Amino acid sequence: MTKLIRIIPDNCTGCYLCEQACSFHHTDECRPSATRVTVVAWGHVGLSTPLLCLQCDDAPCARVCPEGAIKKIANGVMVIDNVKCIKCKICMIACPFGNIKYDDVTSTMIKCDQCGGDPECVKICPSGALIYEDAGSANMIIQQKYATQLRTDSGEASE
Amino acid sequence: MYGWIGQLLRVNLTTGKITKEPLDPIEAKEYIGARGLGTRIWIRECDATVDPLSPDNKLIMMTGPLTGTLAVSSSRYEVVCKGPLTGTIAASNSGGYFGPELKYAGYDGIIFEGQSEKPVYLWVNNDEVELRSAEHVWGKGCYDTTELLVAETNPKARVNCIGQAGENLVKFAAIINDVARAAGRTGVGTVMGSKKLKAVVVRGTQGIKIADPKGFKEVMERINGVLRTNASTGCCGGLHEFGSNVTYSFLDDAGVLPVNNFRDTGTDCNADNLSGESQTNVWLVRTKGCMGCPIRCGRITRSTGKHASYAEGPELETIWSFGSDCGVDNMKIPMAAGHLCNDYGIDTITMGATVAAAMDMYEAGILDKETTGWDLKFGNEDAIVDLVSKTAFREGFGNDLAEGSYRLGEKYGHPELSMSVKKQELSAYDPRGLQSMGLNYATGNRGACHVRAFMPALEIYGLPVQVDRFATEGKAAWVKIFQDIASSVDSSGSCCFITFGITSKEIAEEMTAITGIEYTEEDFIKAGERIWNMERLFNLKNGFTREDDKLPPRLLNDPIKAGASQGYVNRLDEMLDDYYNLRGWDRNGVPSQSKIEDLGLSKLEL
Repeated sequence: MTKLIRIIPDNCTGCYLCEQACSFHHTDECRPSATRVTVVAWGHVGLSTPLLCLQCDDAPCARVCPEGAIKKIANGVMVIDNVKCIKCKICMIACPFGNIKYDDVTSTMIKCDQCGGDPECVKICPSGALIYEDAGSANMIIQQKYATQLRTDSGEASE
Repeated sequence: MYGWIGQLLRVNLTTGKITKEPLDPIEAKEYIGARGLGTRIWIRECDATVDPLSPDNKLIMMTGPLTGTLAVSSSRYEVVCKGPLTGTIAASNSGGYFGPELKYAGYDGIIFEGQSEKPVYLWVNNDEVELRSAEHVWGKGCYDTTELLVAETNPKARVNCIGQAGENLVKFAAIINDVARAAGRTGVGTVMGSKKLKAVVVRGTQGIKIADPKGFKEVMERINGVLRTNASTGCCGGLHEFGSNVTYSFLDDAGVLPVNNFRDTGTDCNADNLSGESQTNVWLVRTKGCMGCPIRCGRITRSTGKHASYAEGPELETIWSFGSDCGVDNMKIPMAAGHLCNDYGIDTITMGATVAAAMDMYEAGILDKETTGWDLKFGNEDAIVDLVSKTAFREGFGNDLAEGSYRLGEKYGHPELSMSVKKQELSAYDPRGLQSMGLNYATGNRGACHVRAFMPALEIYGLPVQVDRFATEGKAAWVKIFQDIASSVDSSGSCCFITFGITSKEIAEEMTAITGIEYTEEDFIKAGERIWNMERLFNLKNGFTREDDKLPPRLLNDPIKAGASQGYVNRLDEMLDDYYNLRGWDRNGVPSQSKIEDLGLSKLEL
């Protein structure tokens, strides 16, 4: 079943715990430059949102890779085979969201691998800005939010 | 090394020479980091009696072993130097993202020495470090400076800087990092200004090594579980819901919220308008966390119309100082004044309290309109906002205010109206209704300070046990242990707010897993005692005595007029000897030789 780490941008408080936990999981060090999830922030007014790979079914990164190093595994997760990868960085350029990056310290391409099915960023986020769920029903929260606007008497459901 | 990076950066601003050197691991173990280790290094390298604004007063920016790790709320770094406001040791810490980034760049700290001829900033890009001209940002506020320096270095760079107040040597200038986080107190920004150092810009991609990753993960997850379900520090706890200002209504209820320069504490000041509940319900736009912090007490607030602002803050300490202490019940004033202070780089506590002292002197007929430029009665909102700007630029009466409330009072013949200890202003807690807070203020190593020991936790919140806040018996022991623990927590790089939710035993566990050095709870607290005594010895060398461990006469002699603490004064005399005794100090507050040896302080270069 395809899994999604869904971003809820409005909930992000800019604490960067997701970056911390991600880098610690992948390196055993506290090194946010190794994070697979990135917080983009407008610091002076405290706005921020995490961004990370959404695991495209028909992924541009995989399509452009000259070595065929990016493959889909269980749960629909796209992973990079570091033995095949030649670090040409074309995948980084092809990703429309900028969600693949080059780690300068280890000279490798890195992206979200959903931690093998138990994503650390989701577990540590104190704000509910990241949710791990089945991609097939991930739209429900958004639909529910808008449904309350369509059905103005929906408040009665909780009475 | 684990936890610590093991490397320091030394920057001589006179010669422009930049060097890297190893961190002494034995000293690191004993003094932990940040406040403790920074002070230890300062004492070795400087003459304690140095003029705070001379090139020989080194300015040390220091992180702790937990800074930038996954340890709970570990974003802090400390600025250490001799303080121009107090003449004591100055150690001021700040959260945000700057401290962690410095470690990712590969340094535990930076030692600045000498004085530059022209304005400069330091650009630290991992191992490439250079001094650059800051002529183009000199004269600019912290917001513009930060934006411009990020634009010309790296989009992921972190900045700390001074604003116009530091440049103009306002005695209580702050160093602002990440636009709204302040190493606020004791004038560390003034020292930075005297060195013509406008900013430090850092980008780092290196890692902090963890001694026992598996053990640390277990400890971290367990401690997070405790912290995140606590009523104060939890994900839906008081500090997240209402910010640091959660305490405002508790102080009002206890009758210890200072009103009108502590003159009218306990009288009705419409505290509901300025409470944390009101801040959240009326002014809050969103909340914000520092690096790695699940508490996320930061506030982004917005107001419109006159004195409009849209920025991070204000914190409790800004709200009381520009609020009830200045006779104000309009949240827009602390919001606007606090935002200006962040832009100019000014300590909001001393700023608000100094305006309050001036208002007190005005109403007593000591200051007049010709001198102050305003009908400076309590509650004059426009005057408050205007005087913040005048202070930053030392214009007119602002030049008097820029010296802090003690020197202001001294100039006009009434220093007793300065609500300060060792020339630094008190915080949001009237010690007449909180006996142990009075003892903590009086014995504070950097002057009056609430984060050297947050006694309201004990006397109002009942942490760790419920006590009688009007009693003096047994309070000396509480102050000692609170001060020692706060010294260790500061030095570790953790935020003091975690102590609402977890104990020093748990922080010691984090220390052990991260550094690989076995810290028991006792070791951790003893390091704090060592640091406290070291700071004390620094101050003694500068001629401070028992005479300086005192409170303003108003708080010792004039009972609170109304409210839940009506009729009380602070009875410092009943606690001070007991405190000295428990600390192993003589009647004059001098540590005994055996205490010095027991703490391993006999080799201090004082």
